[in-house]
Amino acid sequence: MIGLDNATVRFGSRSIIEGLSFSVPVGRTLAILGPNGRGKTTTLKAMLGFQRLDDGRRVAPDIVGYVPQTGTSNQRYRALDVVVMGRAAHLGIFGQPGPEDFRIAHSALERAGAARFADHYFDRLSGGERQLVLLARAIATGSQVLVLDEPAAALDLHNQERLLTLLNALRQPRDKAIVFTTHDPNHALSSADDALLMMPDGQPPLFGPVAETITPEHLESLYGVPMRVVELSGPSGEIHRAVLPAFAGIRAA
Amino acid sequence: MAALTQDEAAPMVRRAHLARQTLVFAGLLALFAVAFVVSLCVGRFSVPATRALELIWLGVTDPWRELTTIEERIVLLVRAPRVVLAALAGAGLALSGAALQGVFRNPLVSPDILGISQGAAFGGALGIMLGVWGFPLISMVFISGMAAVILVGLISRINGRSETITVILSGLVVSSMFSAVVSLLQFVADPNTSLPAIVYWLMGSFATATWERTLIAAPGLIIGGVLLWMLRFRLNILSLDESEAQSLGARTNRERWMVFGLIAVIVGSQVAVSGIIGWIGIVIPHACRLLVGHDHRALLPASVVLGAGFMVIIDTLARTATAAEIPLGVITALVGAPIFAMLLRNHYRERNGS
Repeated sequence: MIGLDNATVRFGSRSIIEGLSFSVPVGRTLAILGPNGRGKTTTLKAMLGFQRLDDGRRVAPDIVGYVPQTGTSNQRYRALDVVVMGRAAHLGIFGQPGPEDFRIAHSALERAGAARFADHYFDRLSGGERQLVLLARAIATGSQVLVLDEPAAALDLHNQERLLTLLNALRQPRDKAIVFTTHDPNHALSSADDALLMMPDGQPPLFGPVAETITPEHLESLYGVPMRVVELSGPSGEIHRAVLPAFAGIRAA
Repeated sequence: MAALTQDEAAPMVRRAHLARQTLVFAGLLALFAVAFVVSLCVGRFSVPATRALELIWLGVTDPWRELTTIEERIVLLVRAPRVVLAALAGAGLALSGAALQGVFRNPLVSPDILGISQGAAFGGALGIMLGVWGFPLISMVFISGMAAVILVGLISRINGRSETITVILSGLVVSSMFSAVVSLLQFVADPNTSLPAIVYWLMGSFATATWERTLIAAPGLIIGGVLLWMLRFRLNILSLDESEAQSLGARTNRERWMVFGLIAVIVGSQVAVSGIIGWIGIVIPHACRLLVGHDHRALLPASVVLGAGFMVIIDTLARTATAAEIPLGVITALVGAPIFAMLLRNHYRERNGS
């Protein structure tokens, strides 16, 4: 389980987050939604322990599987060697990864759908491919918690679909607490159980199940643009809800 | 390749990688072995290679044997300690450079930037001026080198943590402070006695190597080196961005200072017996990255072997190229600076290209 309890972070006199509380138990997935500059990243850093809290506390296991937006790429390591670094916490400061750690790294690469890059150099992979390798590293830590920073931000539509499918596949066994940040409410609808909406103008953030939080009214005040919910039929006839800004579909005159 | 499935292709790639690494390490070890033997043989009094090896074998099997012939005395008392010391110093400097570049995530830093060399130079210059010799001199060098690192640590620690850039800049500040004091010491030193000794020592040399000096430097070089080598996987973690490394369980600040401490032990021991030798710590790790890749588990041993071999070759050149000994610092700079300039250009060209 991971979360914040009454957490406050101030930069100078400006509060970025104020009295924020939420928790993600094992088996659930949280999407943190909001436009830029509302404290999504600060919340994420606070959860991971990279951001000192001015008040409140963080609840988190010792090791959290963290997937940064872009990994370090000025060192040339093979993808498999990047993933095996996920084992560091189990090995201690003088430890060396053994065959068992490489086996775990391999199965993590398979789970993240990145096994084909195992022997490629990490810095030669595309942004989307790197992200899969970093996800594999987070899985290899063995942590019950995965935190993804803007996993879909740099991806084209095809790769967004793949990522959401992958997130759902990781979510299905219900053996992990997963948190991700995103701009797009549709990502929350397709892959999360709960949502945290970073509201504007000092309003308290909204936290709750996706069905209650991802509504046109809430999203309108979140993004400051009128929103519409549309219903689409999926490939086998089932109905999906999708959220669109009201300007979507307007044709240029 | 396209016809192969993933399961078939992966072990092949891995086997090719392993074969390549083995070949590179074999090559490096061969280079070192050749440099070692050649260095024992050449000089004003040349000894055939087979005879030199035979003498080394006798020296190892029966170290307390009476040395009677001039041949024995030159190989076992003059050249062998010098070659061993050069190899240890080269290995230590290259290893320190590789570790430091990983920890700073910057391939262009060298052990000098922590202020160790200049700090140690101050201790040495002061010692020589005061007429201190032998073990007390070496202790002074070592202590002032450590003091420089501690000073860098104190200056760069702001709000409980030290940023990479503040460490580099603090190193610069401490270095220039110590080098100003060294200049002052040179200015007031007696031009007939202590000044030449200080200047010659600052330029770096193994000319004064004896078994006794080798034994004084060896513990620091070996212990520091072995501990750094044990940290090889941790260095991979520390070479990642701060937040990534922390999320993987590293206490980055504390562990980075541990690496700095080990480097201070290695460089301090080296400067104490052979003066300031620049460039090895930056040129050798770079060459090794091109040969074996960036993974510290391969990079550190490769740097040790190539650093040792390169230092022995440079030292052999220094004492045989001309009738008088050329200071080591001069040769390493003449060889190192152009290589470094080339690396610098390649590094930034590659960066801008990607």
